[in-house]
Amino acid sequence: MIAHLRALFPPFDWHRVIVEPWSADPAISLWIVLMGFFVAAACGLVGNYLLLRRMALVGDAISHSILPGLVLAFLIFRHTNIWTAFAGALGAGFATVLLIEFIHKQSRVKADAAICIAFTVLFAAGVVLMSLLETKGSFHIDAECVLYGEIAFVPLEPPVVWGGIGLGPPSVLRMGGMLVLVLVLITAFYKELLVTSFDPGLSRSLGMNTGLWHYGLMGVLALVVVSAFEAVGAILAVAMLIVPAMFAAQLSNRLPVRLGLTIIHAAVSSLLGYHLSVWLQCSTAGAMVVAGAGLFTAAWVAGLWHTAALRLRSRNS
Amino acid sequence: MPGTHPRLRAAILRGGGILIFLLLAAPAHAARINELAESTLSGRMVRFFTFQDPSLRYALLGSMLLGICCGLMGAFLVVRKLSLLGDALSHAVLPGVALGFLWGMTKDPLAIFIGATVAGLLGAGTVQLLRHTTRHKEDASIGFVLASFFGVGVCLMTMIQNVPGGNKSGLDKFMFGQAAALGRGDVLLLAVVALLALGAVTVFYKEYTITSFDPGFARSMGLPVQVFHYSLMLLLAFAIVSALQAVGVVLVTAMLVIPAATAFLLTDRLGWLLVLSAVFGMCAGAIGAFFSFVGRNLPTGPFMVLAAAAVFTAAILFGPRHGIVARWWRHVSRSARIRRENTLKSVYHVLEDEGFRSEQVDARELAERRRETIEEAQAQLNTLRRHGLATLSGDGISASLTPEGWQRACEIVRNHRLWELYLTNAAQIAADHVHEDAEKIEHVLGEETVRRLEKRLNNARRDPHGRLIPGLEDIRLGAGARPTPPQPTGYGAPDPPAP
Repeated sequence: MIAHLRALFPPFDWHRVIVEPWSADPAISLWIVLMGFFVAAACGLVGNYLLLRRMALVGDAISHSILPGLVLAFLIFRHTNIWTAFAGALGAGFATVLLIEFIHKQSRVKADAAICIAFTVLFAAGVVLMSLLETKGSFHIDAECVLYGEIAFVPLEPPVVWGGIGLGPPSVLRMGGMLVLVLVLITAFYKELLVTSFDPGLSRSLGMNTGLWHYGLMGVLALVVVSAFEAVGAILAVAMLIVPAMFAAQLSNRLPVRLGLTIIHAAVSSLLGYHLSVWLQCSTAGAMVVAGAGLFTAAWVAGLWHTAALRLRSRNS
Repeated sequence: MPGTHPRLRAAILRGGGILIFLLLAAPAHAARINELAESTLSGRMVRFFTFQDPSLRYALLGSMLLGICCGLMGAFLVVRKLSLLGDALSHAVLPGVALGFLWGMTKDPLAIFIGATVAGLLGAGTVQLLRHTTRHKEDASIGFVLASFFGVGVCLMTMIQNVPGGNKSGLDKFMFGQAAALGRGDVLLLAVVALLALGAVTVFYKEYTITSFDPGFARSMGLPVQVFHYSLMLLLAFAIVSALQAVGVVLVTAMLVIPAATAFLLTDRLGWLLVLSAVFGMCAGAIGAFFSFVGRNLPTGPFMVLAAAAVFTAAILFGPRHGIVARWWRHVSRSARIRRENTLKSVYHVLEDEGFRSEQVDARELAERRRETIEEAQAQLNTLRRHGLATLSGDGISASLTPEGWQRACEIVRNHRLWELYLTNAAQIAADHVHEDAEKIEHVLGEETVRRLEKRLNNARRDPHGRLIPGLEDIRLGAGARPTPPQPTGYGAPDPPAP
């Protein structure tokens, strides 16, 4: 066991882990870290609002429903490219939200069980369809890719060239666009999102359509998760939704500060995670999540330490 | 199982015994399920139902045992509103699986079992710790454990690929699961876990019930609530880990939650919930194994989940008490009854306005009173006739109430006027504000409530608008002995002198 563990952790070599990625081929490192940052920031910003509304696990459900969405898109359009996949996954995301609400409203099953039932049933249907199609040999989805994602392949995509200048891999540009979209939407509808998240009763009395904002948020959530999953996979996208927002909530009570902290957390965790994955030679997306969770744990423990110290001081005085 | 169903408990234990006997009797040499792919569909079905293949027997037994374990544990998850914790734990065991594999670089079931159980318990503990030491809500804590443990697991899994040596194939089976890959050891493990779960639930049925439904009360009784919570988490981790290989990480959640939620739709008693949930889980397991076998090496887990989901859909639609169809039917029949009663009330009002001089009600008068067309009034009178509440005469132009119809009409009007009186006298509401409320309550007041209202109102005889409240006599006697004009008798004979 000990020997195996030792084999698991390669020695930490400063030059190999920190310097080489940026000196040997900076473009590759740059695109991977940038992609990680875009994913974590876009997901984390949306995640802040999910956390406020106690809907963190709806993101989990939506991300699991991507697989059936992909299969369904193939069944409908008869071929796969990025846009059909996107449409299918988005449709499945909405189907999940509607299914959750149907089960929750039409029966006495509680919301948490409804979430579990909705996404697992869709996921199971997706796996069955996929294996049926695979036996016919007409279709193949790398299920591991759906679950884990492959951010390390991002720099290998043929770059988008516009006006003779290479802009970068298309998926990074798409994700960057998604981040910009999320930022624009949050800036434009800051007040409305704030009120509907913190005080649905007040917002209703102000004449706002809370249902509309709810579904709007669900729509943006589905968009973000769907564009994130090709990089980090369905399950780790959940981490990108929840962990940065939890980190920010641990440190601040004010929403604007939280949003800023989320972006900082996204940047630090993607950079740390990248180097972690270089060191341990493991899945990059997984390492980014581990780094992000590590940051949260540090903030958590620091907070506990702080309260303990305060309590001790007040007892002494 | 519940102490109230000893025969059921005996039956279940006997069933478990038979399963284990079947398992031990199975010969060790076996063809794997996927080697049967070249046989025909009917041939495979025959082979399924004759249980010729030991590997099939393992898969079937394993799937059914798994359904029982998950069903039992899931029932507690659902009543404790912890379904998502099951989801989190099933993802959180991944690093444990990796470490268990690392122990001897083989897929040793025991090492993986121990590693995964430890990881699952660690996950459950982290959720509790996060809930108690931070202000994050439960969903965020659960999501954090799910995602971060899974992230660690993914990293470990990919790191293991770098370690030289060892048989790493089949480790990815933990994601989607394959019941055909169940061996004798796995099935034995499942049987042990199922017996353990059954035993714990049977012995501590009362304690688990109390701690699930009313932890505060349990604490006041001196029960160690945390101990029972963590013992349940331990059993849950056992169930998840032993089910992983057959259904995979994602779909374990479904096997935990869906059978339990189905049972939750059908019963209100925890004992039956547990029994039904275990039975649904077992059936789903068997059906999943069947399709997986007949459909040439298809993954088992998704079929189990779809089978469970089919039962769930049926329960949601056709459940006797909470089903959508039952509720729809209740709604339809109730609104039809209310419509009938409103017609009866209008008939009474028409008769009353005429001073009860005739027994006949004209469809035209009724239509005028209700501000409807004559055709609508006639249709309503027809409905009354179909229910034996009225008889029609003169081509359906006029109608007279039967004794039952008269009784019901009197009851409705009495309920309405009593309630108006009650609201004005007891609740001090202005007399012109009480009508709307009485319109709604008149259809649901029961006889007992009416008696109590009458007592409380000192058997009053006139409503706030000065009209007579039809009394018991009118209702009992029916139309045959209807008080002759000019007036119904009301309560008692003459009006008491005004105070």
